Amino acid sequence: MEDTGTVVAFWIFAAITVGAAIGVAAVRNLIHSVALLIVTFAGLAGLYITLSADFIAVVQVLIYIGAIAILIIFAIVLTPRAGRHNQESFMLLPALALAALVAGTMIFVAFDTNWGAQRSEGFEGTATAIGDLLLDRYALPFEIASVLLLSAIVGAILLVRPEGPEEEAE
Amino acid sequence: MPILLRGEWYDLRDLANPVRELIDGLGLVSEVDYVLWSLIASLAILTWLVLSVLAFIWIERRVVARMQNRKGPNRVGPAGLLQPVADALKLLLKEAITTRGADRLLFWLGPVIIFIPTIVVFAVVPFGESMVLADLNVGVLFMIAVAGIMTPAVFLAGWSSNNKYAMLAAMRTIAMLISYEIIQVLALLAAVIFIGSMNLQTIVSWQDEYNTWLIFIMPLALVAYLVAGAVEINRSPMDISEAESELAAGYHTEYGGIKFGFFYQAEYLAGFAIAASATTLFFGGWTLWGLEEWIPGWLIFLGKLYAVFFVYIWSRGTLPRLRIDQLMTFAWKFMLPLMILNVLLVAAEVVIWEETGASRNVALPAIGAVNAALAAVLVIGWARFLGHGSGRGRGYSATLTREVGKIYYTGAEAS
Repeated sequence: MEDTGTVVAFWIFAAITVGAAIGVAAVRNLIHSVALLIVTFAGLAGLYITLSADFIAVVQVLIYIGAIAILIIFAIVLTPRAGRHNQESFMLLPALALAALVAGTMIFVAFDTNWGAQRSEGFEGTATAIGDLLLDRYALPFEIASVLLLSAIVGAILLVRPEGPEEEAE
Repeated sequence: MPILLRGEWYDLRDLANPVRELIDGLGLVSEVDYVLWSLIASLAILTWLVLSVLAFIWIERRVVARMQNRKGPNRVGPAGLLQPVADALKLLLKEAITTRGADRLLFWLGPVIIFIPTIVVFAVVPFGESMVLADLNVGVLFMIAVAGIMTPAVFLAGWSSNNKYAMLAAMRTIAMLISYEIIQVLALLAAVIFIGSMNLQTIVSWQDEYNTWLIFIMPLALVAYLVAGAVEINRSPMDISEAESELAAGYHTEYGGIKFGFFYQAEYLAGFAIAASATTLFFGGWTLWGLEEWIPGWLIFLGKLYAVFFVYIWSRGTLPRLRIDQLMTFAWKFMLPLMILNVLLVAAEVVIWEETGASRNVALPAIGAVNAALAAVLVIGWARFLGHGSGRGRGYSATLTREVGKIYYTGAEAS
């Protein structure tokens, strides 16, 4: 992160990400807040690019904007009480406490980590290295995550399945 | 090969040469150079896109008319050539209507956001040997990821209209997009596994070096990619999201004037993007078996791209529309298992090829033949297994769709 271009890009992306993230919490309309969340995801992808993590950045766009945002949208649309506005926020205090805890942990980690040790070696392809590590050294966690996701899919199908013997469709 | 002119500024086989010469001649700082270079390249791509869309609006209408025994637009200008211009002017001059109760900001943002992915995709597409705006290492993934931005944009457009039909159409469009995105990814995954790179330029040069195109090696993946692409761009066998007779006009029902024009253009641009990626991955990109030394590579690329896009026009003129349940069943029960098998097969072939160390002249034809034969067997066998094709002569053959929705077999009792 030495040259001016990266620094400028970092500050622009950081401003976009943080600004949109504040908006997510502050905006009344739930769909607006999802739209802002998408902007946050996009800003994060930009930050990953400034860190030379091209694969992570693209996957961030693919998974978070293309899938997670849609999941949240479906959750909002399909939840009866969600409606169009989120005025009644009786969960305000627990949410604040949780947010404070997360923020505290992040700040602690940020100050505790030794950031000076590693230095980026420029923009090399990271996809191959990630693939090697995932299928070699971290094969077991990778497989466990896959099995977990698969069981979640099967569970979801089981939950929405109509009970009783299958009726023959006419 | 007498490559006398390669690299000179007047060598128009690579349009990057004159631009680089021009920028070098200015003698600026490297950062400014970079910005200028990107600006010129982006403007060139944008200009080409706009001109192509205008041309293909006319070509599509004329060709489809010819296929359906009509005349097509032939009043404005010679042979109706100015029809797209007239259309664009009409859209520009129309009153911009916003429905009451619409979410004004998101209503305005919808057409803008849907435009972004369709243009950004072309940043990684290699038009020629050095004619690529961003030569990313994860180019294939980038194309898929950027195309995924369309999904939330469709929802925002449908939701902000404050119209239940637009909302319903948006929901089913999203369901279709997500289902077929998986198939698209699996189809491209097979190609990436076989070549061993996600860089589009590397994929092109691999096909050039091994003297083959991926269509000959994995035809099933290409067919799946084109079908999934047809869903993404709402082309005719899959144009359920704007089925005129069922849904008013789909998620952009409430949009009029130039905002509707944006959606219309975005669909065309996405079509070019699909054709461009299919060309690059499966048809050898800007190479043509050595002919690219003589003909500009970008002309070869554009020729292939338009040929692939023509397939979409052709299918629009000939094929009837699927129902939504048929479309979803087709994705999840038919295409998905086939594509997973395809990925497994290709991975196994790569390993076997590496283990045996066969020469490419033996391995590639063998793999191609095996894949083509297996593709045919799998498609026919899996269709039979799901109940298609077995009930010939009995008036129905729709057990595949029977499990999903209500179907009345009109011909069953009569025979």
